[in-house]
Amino acid sequence: MLSRIIFNVIQVIVVLAFAPLIKGILNRLKENVQSKRGPSILQPYRDIWKLFHKDEVVSEDSSWIFRFTPFVVFITPIFVTLLIPVLTDYPLFFAFMGDMLAAGFILALGGFFATLAAIDTGNPYGPMGASRTRMVGFLAEPVFMIVFFTVSFVAGSTIPYIVQKHWVTPLANFFDPSHILTILAFLMLIIAETGRIPVDNPSGHFELAMIDESKGLEYSGRGAALMKWGGAMKFMVLCCVFLNVLVAPWGLAQGPEYWQVLLAIPLILIKIFILLLVLVVIESSLAKLRLFRITEFLGAAFATSVVAMITGLFFM
Amino acid sequence: MSDPNLLLSFLTKLNALTGGVFLLVAFGLVAIRQMLTCLRLYVFQSLLLAISALILGYFYGSIHLFIVAGLTIIAKVLLIPWLLRHTVGYESYAKREISQAINIPASLLIALAITVFAYYIAVPMLAAAGAGRFAWVNLPIGLACLILGAFAVTVRREAVPQLLGILAMENGAFLAGVAIAPNLPLFAELAAAFDVLIIALVMGLLTMKIHRTLGKTAVGELIALKED
Repeated sequence: MLSRIIFNVIQVIVVLAFAPLIKGILNRLKENVQSKRGPSILQPYRDIWKLFHKDEVVSEDSSWIFRFTPFVVFITPIFVTLLIPVLTDYPLFFAFMGDMLAAGFILALGGFFATLAAIDTGNPYGPMGASRTRMVGFLAEPVFMIVFFTVSFVAGSTIPYIVQKHWVTPLANFFDPSHILTILAFLMLIIAETGRIPVDNPSGHFELAMIDESKGLEYSGRGAALMKWGGAMKFMVLCCVFLNVLVAPWGLAQGPEYWQVLLAIPLILIKIFILLLVLVVIESSLAKLRLFRITEFLGAAFATSVVAMITGLFFM
Repeated sequence: MSDPNLLLSFLTKLNALTGGVFLLVAFGLVAIRQMLTCLRLYVFQSLLLAISALILGYFYGSIHLFIVAGLTIIAKVLLIPWLLRHTVGYESYAKREISQAINIPASLLIALAITVFAYYIAVPMLAAAGAGRFAWVNLPIGLACLILGAFAVTVRREAVPQLLGILAMENGAFLAGVAIAPNLPLFAELAAAFDVLIIALVMGLLTMKIHRTLGKTAVGELIALKED
């Protein structure tokens, strides 16, 4: 029992420690594809370190929500990390507290507070970005629900640890059309939720075109650091859910030994690195969509998920 | 792989996966804006049809289905794209925005409703006929693709995507056909393959004529008769 608690803590520490690194690698790879040298992969760590040592400026007209939000954004991915398989393929100490639906709700809570905080200060760009994020969010919501229904229907459970075993026992299940199409739909969902390129340009600096970034414009110092770190962790958590629950449940620790859990750390990083390569290819080969074309992108994701659901329902 | 049951379950899943992607490509043919992408999607769909025919041919041990797969690859993957590229001018394919009678999210939703409808029709038939496990995949998806092709013809306003809609209908009919009647006479298959080629040729030439006369291929705008 004690070792399970320790593993859970290790899991949280891994997400805390490596989330900025993943962001850094992604940025570096994107620049490399554009034949630039790009920033160091450690740049996000330096940014966060720098921001923690700067003074924080908070608008006089903002309410407690503005001050409270960075902590919510920072803490929600950690809570999700307690529930999902990051390193082990068996439930850890806190995993009984919630299933995949709970993970989705907790992540949505962070997004909700970020939206409120963006509106709170009265900065004109904040509410604009917040409302756009909500637009993308409510278009992504049906996709998330259908994916969730399909996955839990096909696997017969909403617990991520049972779902991930279903896809590979027997191995033929891996080629289930509902599995492959769900992966496709969820990949599109990740792109939309984390504001990657066909939906939003994460490296853009033009406020009028921003969707996701403009919510954090008002933050400075410690608040900005927490928001950045929280965003990076959210991205890593989504990648872990995608890879460990949906795509490739291989490489997770199967036994209760310490070396197995520690070996799982480089393996999950390698898996995320491969996913990053895919994301970089997507981001470099597509142009950012116009705002009203996002409905079409997410409509395509919705169609994919519904096809996954239909094929899953009828070919059991 | 020596266990026949394992092999069977793999083949079933692979066939189902082919069917699922086939259906997804049919959605693409309804809703993708770029004309060249539509043509590529059609080629991909034909390739999936050939794969499904190969899987079924291996399972049933039927030489007919291998010939069907070969004909599909020759006629639809190689000849039809070549024909369409050469008859319809390049500037039609360079177009990136195809106008549509119904906007794209709405037509996607209608396409989803059509798919559910196809299952609604097909499942009682399959249950009544006591169909095999391949027909459970191929018949509903083929039927859905048939209606989706018809829908694409209705909703598109450009000549080439409409033509691709007709060809997709034919693909859907074949996908259903290979599972229901794996021992269809070879003659019928040959005839169907040539039929499709002729359709593509005639409609390609017609499109070229429209393009020469009007300078565009937006047949949705041809609403009034005109006397010379």
